[in-house]
Amino acid sequence: MSTVTTAPDQLPETEAQGLGQAWRDYVGRVRGGELGALPSVLALISLVVIFTALEGSTFFSAFNFANLITQSATIVVLAMGLIYVLLLGEIDLSAGFAAGTAAAVLAVTLTQRGWSLPLSLAATIITGVLIGLFIGLIVAKLGIPSFVVTLAMFLALQGLMLIIIGEGGTIPIRDDTVRALMNSNMTPVAGWILFGVVVLGYGFTTYRAMSVRRKSGLVTQSAQVWLIKLVLLAGMLGTAVFILNQERSRNPNLTSIQGVPYVVIVILVLLVVLTYNLTRTSFGRHVYATGGNAEAARRAGISVARIKIYCFIACSSLAAVAGILFASKDQSVSPSTGGSTTLLYAVGAAVIGGTSLFGGRGRIRDAILGGLVVAVIGNGLPLITDASGIQFIVTGLVLLIAASVDALSRRRAIASGRL
Amino acid sequence: MSESNSSQPLLTLSKVNKSFGAVHVLQNVDFSVRPGRVTALVGDNGAGKSTLIKGLAGIHSFESGTYTYEGTPVHVTDPKQANALGIEVVYQDLALCDNLDVVHNMFLGRELTKGMGLDEAEMEKRATTTLSGLSVRTLKSVRQNVASLSGGQRQTVAIARAVLWNSKLVILDEPTAALGVAQTDQVLKLVRRLADNGLAVILISHNMNDVFQVADDIACLYLGQMAAQVDAHEVNHGQVVELITAGRSGDLGLPDPSTTGAVA
Repeated sequence: MSTVTTAPDQLPETEAQGLGQAWRDYVGRVRGGELGALPSVLALISLVVIFTALEGSTFFSAFNFANLITQSATIVVLAMGLIYVLLLGEIDLSAGFAAGTAAAVLAVTLTQRGWSLPLSLAATIITGVLIGLFIGLIVAKLGIPSFVVTLAMFLALQGLMLIIIGEGGTIPIRDDTVRALMNSNMTPVAGWILFGVVVLGYGFTTYRAMSVRRKSGLVTQSAQVWLIKLVLLAGMLGTAVFILNQERSRNPNLTSIQGVPYVVIVILVLLVVLTYNLTRTSFGRHVYATGGNAEAARRAGISVARIKIYCFIACSSLAAVAGILFASKDQSVSPSTGGSTTLLYAVGAAVIGGTSLFGGRGRIRDAILGGLVVAVIGNGLPLITDASGIQFIVTGLVLLIAASVDALSRRRAIASGRL
Repeated sequence: MSESNSSQPLLTLSKVNKSFGAVHVLQNVDFSVRPGRVTALVGDNGAGKSTLIKGLAGIHSFESGTYTYEGTPVHVTDPKQANALGIEVVYQDLALCDNLDVVHNMFLGRELTKGMGLDEAEMEKRATTTLSGLSVRTLKSVRQNVASLSGGQRQTVAIARAVLWNSKLVILDEPTAALGVAQTDQVLKLVRRLADNGLAVILISHNMNDVFQVADDIACLYLGQMAAQVDAHEVNHGQVVELITAGRSGDLGLPDPSTTGAVA
């Protein structure tokens, strides 16, 4: 018993990590079961390639590209909320009808009661908060499994929604601002300004984080890696904005349709704010800790019950935001809003994007990647086949594959000691 | 009780009692811990080691007796109070989050913030400083997930977390129970270094080799009573085993009921 250390002295060096090192680290992580965005990006690319090959002229058009964004937006926002709950290893089956109930509140207050838009939006979001608070309290304080609690809420909220909407079935949304969210586009110039803000914002914040680390004498990625990431981001977003700025009206002389849909701003703001919340605040750290090892979190002085309640509130509140988007998209709210396959697609999107159903692993951006995959399937398949049966089967299979990737990568991660 | 070290005890328990229902788990226990020394707490299963530790850490409080810390009587009733006094416990099952990295685990629940967000750079710097202060060189990066660490490395992280907060007393519950030979040695060296850095250390262990390798004092519990607290250099392996199994060894330990004539 004499050797202290068998591993060589490898305290972090302060020199920047070069491109080769960054690539080797990434390959090592993927081999160790930390797949990150890889499966969803691969799925997205292969689906786009398949649909373009089979039905290129229709699928790969500017019109359809804009469609994809609005089709995925509601799923993406719902999935962002679900990620909070999934990170804890819990589930919220009622999120779809929480969106529907919130949309019903929006429609009733805005159209029937004639409230002002801000007041009505506030009531909508508060509806979501209250639903989440209720679920969270029951799950955290009574210790009933979230599966059962939210299954009960799934039924109860359907009923609540029917009562709020009342006789008559469908309430139209006439407010122009709400309708514009999912149905109108920015001017091409505004689209490029948004592009500039996003790319510069990303470049600036990541560069600042890098220089803070370097000043503290910590390992940083090299400026080279930073630049490549920035150029890649700018390239992808630039292409997207360019395509969206094309004229996609069937009859441009009658009405001009071009530009980035307004809903993109909503998605981007949520992406930035929620990602910050989960990765750069104590609260977010505690969410991951609770999902990873609730007992360890408790012993570290974290109130696990409080974290759970907040996560369910986040989930239902974001569902309320999704409800606003549903109302905008359909320009009306009916008892079927948020029902049918909505929730299943949202959970599917989160899982396809890379969020683990076992808790402790997931990012907000997973919602966007997974939501796009789900939307591409829903958008591309009808171009190929009329049988809606096939669409359900394919979507189900993709979800199954995603869940298998999650389970297998987890097993691989445990085997290689990475979790 | 040995008085070989002249330094004032950091912590002294005098005649503390604790029962759970009808079971009298701790009976008039005296116990003291000095800074700069490793005090091994030994005893058979059910002797009351865990109860004593939980009482020190404020998980449950003692029913009677005095708890003196740095010369002043204290009444520790919850873990946060113990943390505030500078008492940290490293539990046997470590309580680390596998999905978080080393820095995140070390600061879990007590994250440093700057403005609204976390101060990652400062936390990483302090974690690195603490680890190198303990001469830990086995970690490749403080940014790797704890899941990727070996048992010894995980123990190291758990101990480093305990000393990060300028703690004065670190309580280690069987830190080497699940480790191999080389890793056990690594952890024991770390335990020794904690004491050499001036901290008081309580080490719970079943392994006599470990105890004799690092301990300065040995406190032995026998059926809820403190059989003896002795200087580790004044006893041998056999005597400690006798203290653990019979509560006495020669003139050490509890009085022999047959000679004192005590009748139950």
